[in-house]
Formats: sequence, structure tokens, C-alpha cells
Amino acid sequence: MTDRHKGLTEVVIYPAWCKGCGICAAFCPEKVIELDAEGKARAVRQEDCINCGFCELHCPDFAISVRTKEPGADPGTPGYKPPAKGK
Amino acid sequence: MSDVTQLIHQYLRHNKKFPHVFCPGCGHGIALGSLIRAVHGLSLSKDEVVVVAGIGCSGRIAVYVDFNTVHTTHGRALTFATGIKMASPKLKVICIMGDGDALAIGGNHLIHAARRNIGIAALVLNNNIYGMTGGQTSPTTPGGARTATSPYGALEKPFDLVDLARAAGANYVARGTVFQAHLLDRLISSAIERPGFNLVEVLTPCHTQYGRKNKFKNPVDMYQALKHAAVPREAWEHFSEAERKERIPVGVFVERDEPGLEERYRVMQAALLARPKAREALPEPNGHDPASTKAKLEGVES
Repeated sequence: MTDRHKGLTEVVIYPAWCKGCGICAAFCPEKVIELDAEGKARAVRQEDCINCGFCELHCPDFAISVRTKEPGADPGTPGYKPPAKGK
Repeated sequence: MSDVTQLIHQYLRHNKKFPHVFCPGCGHGIALGSLIRAVHGLSLSKDEVVVVAGIGCSGRIAVYVDFNTVHTTHGRALTFATGIKMASPKLKVICIMGDGDALAIGGNHLIHAARRNIGIAALVLNNNIYGMTGGQTSPTTPGGARTATSPYGALEKPFDLVDLARAAGANYVARGTVFQAHLLDRLISSAIERPGFNLVEVLTPCHTQYGRKNKFKNPVDMYQALKHAAVPREAWEHFSEAERKERIPVGVFVERDEPGLEERYRVMQAALLARPKAREALPEPNGHDPASTKAKLEGVES
């Protein structure tokens, strides 16, 4: 909740624990999560996540985790270094 | 935010079958998460906490959490909790009940626990129906709602749990919803922390038994309705009668600071033991002779 910049977090969903109630998909302010053909939640727009934490707090099945990405893991995140060119 | 889920996993019993038994969209899972976050936020160890639960969907919560837990008989959770608190007042006793459990089968225990002001945090998970037994009308089913036992609409007026607990003399009475998880965390946290009988009513939707019969297409509809209905108590007080009918006030309703029964009991015990004759009546530190203790106690009374 400390940071509301997009692209710093990723939404991880454990499909085995998801029962497909759809609360996360319905109330996500940035529509990051959608239900797939099997009715399970899937994070389709990871880059839009603003780290509000709603889905994590309101998932009745503890199936969602919003994780901070490793700094510099992705282009555009602070501290990003392009990989050194190989041969 | 990932620490939240990791935290919850630390407090769950992983030898139990997961995902838990609650239906898709049931709010009990969110209430369970809130309870765990509240306990963690108070830095209580797992051994200091006792969770006592009754029968019903809410009773399953005691099975999943890795505290000291008791899964008791229907409606009697508060009686077991009272015994535990009186025997060891250092423990934090949390009593989890459903609406049928707390208000119908255990209705008498609820009002008397509130009257005694015994140091228990009581969480009443109110889903307006008997969910586990097939969706019968419960004491909190709203008037006109269709259930398995009222197919043309319930005729009875529901209980207002907050008013009931306030009148019975509870130390702390609050109402939260599973849609407002941060508020619920705070309410449960203060209920555990404060002395005396602290009651939190948690509104949690039951789509399987209640929603499907009452024109809620899916669990999300029920959460939308809850989001619309719940308003802070301060705002609700300024509403007109017509507006109030549609809305449910949430927040803290009663905050008293009276000592719990177990504290008053310890004070009385200390005062009695301070009397000279009572000191003689104390059993020997090594070895306990019931007959001589009884004789000595009779001496104290006379």
C-alpha cells in the first residue's frame, strides 16, 4: 500500500485454491483480473496493477498474492539495467 | 501486499484440506483472514489465543486456524468460552458464532454473557440464514426474504444484534462487513484487546442459500449490495427514516470500560484471601486434603 505506481507489483493467483467467485475481477479498480474459460481468476493486465491490495484482502480463499517485483527486473521499473550483451 | 497472504498461511493448519469448505463467494473466508490479521497485529502468540466456535458454517473457522481451538455444540460456544476465561484469564478467548448459533439456539447464552461482561471477544458471522442445514429462516433473516422455510417471504421481524447486545450490557459492540476488510480488521482487533464482553457483528453474504432465492444472480451482486447498504454510523444517524430502511450502519456503537467478570472475580478472591481466617483455609502447598480444606472453609463462612 506504500506505492501506487503501476508496474511495480505482480498479481500471483494460485489456481488450485481459487473457487471462481469473481469478487477480485468485479472490484479490481484497474481491471487487472478476469475470469478465464474455466471460471478461475487470472491476472490479464499485470502492468496496470496499482498495488491497492483489494484482491488480496478480499479473496475468501487466500488464493491471491500481490507481490513487489524485484527492483530492476522489468524495463521501466526503477533500477532497471539492460542485460549485458552476450557474444 | 504479498505479506498478507503469507501471513495467513503461517496461521493456517496445513494438515487440513484446502481450499476450505466455504462456498464460492462466501464471506466467512474474508472474516477468517481478518481474524488472523487482527491476532497478528496484536503480536499475540498462537498459544495465547483460544478460538471457540459453535456449529454451522462459521464453526469451521476454528478447524482451520492454528491456535488453541474448541469446536463445541450448537449455540453453546459462549458457555465453553466462559469456562475457559474464568479458569485462565490470561488467555485471549475469541468466540466465533453464526447468527442462528448466537441468536436462536444460543440466544440466552449471548444475553447473559453480555450481562456478566465476561472477557470474551465474540464474533457473530451474520449471513441472515442457516446456511449449513439447508437455508432455513434464521432470527436475522430480513422480513420478506425467501428461504427454504419461507418460500413466500419471511413474516417475522429480524433481530438487531447491535441493539440487543447494547441493551444486555456488552462492553463493546461493533458491526462490520466483509466488504470493508480494513475496518473489520480494526474492529476485531479492538474486540480482542479490550476488557469485558466485546461483540462484533460481521455481515457476510451467503449466496448459495440466501442469495440464489433472493434475486442475487451471483456472489458479486451480494457484495455490491453490501457495498451500497453499509454506511458509517455517524452518517447513518443523519439519515431520514426512509433512507435508513435501505442502509445498515457500520462502525462502533458501544464503548464502555467496565472490568470483566474474571477481573472482578480475581479482586473478590484476593480480598477474601486477605482475611485472616481465609488464609488458614488455604490448602497445604504440597498435597491436597479435600476433607480438611472443606472443614477449614466452613470455618471461614461461620
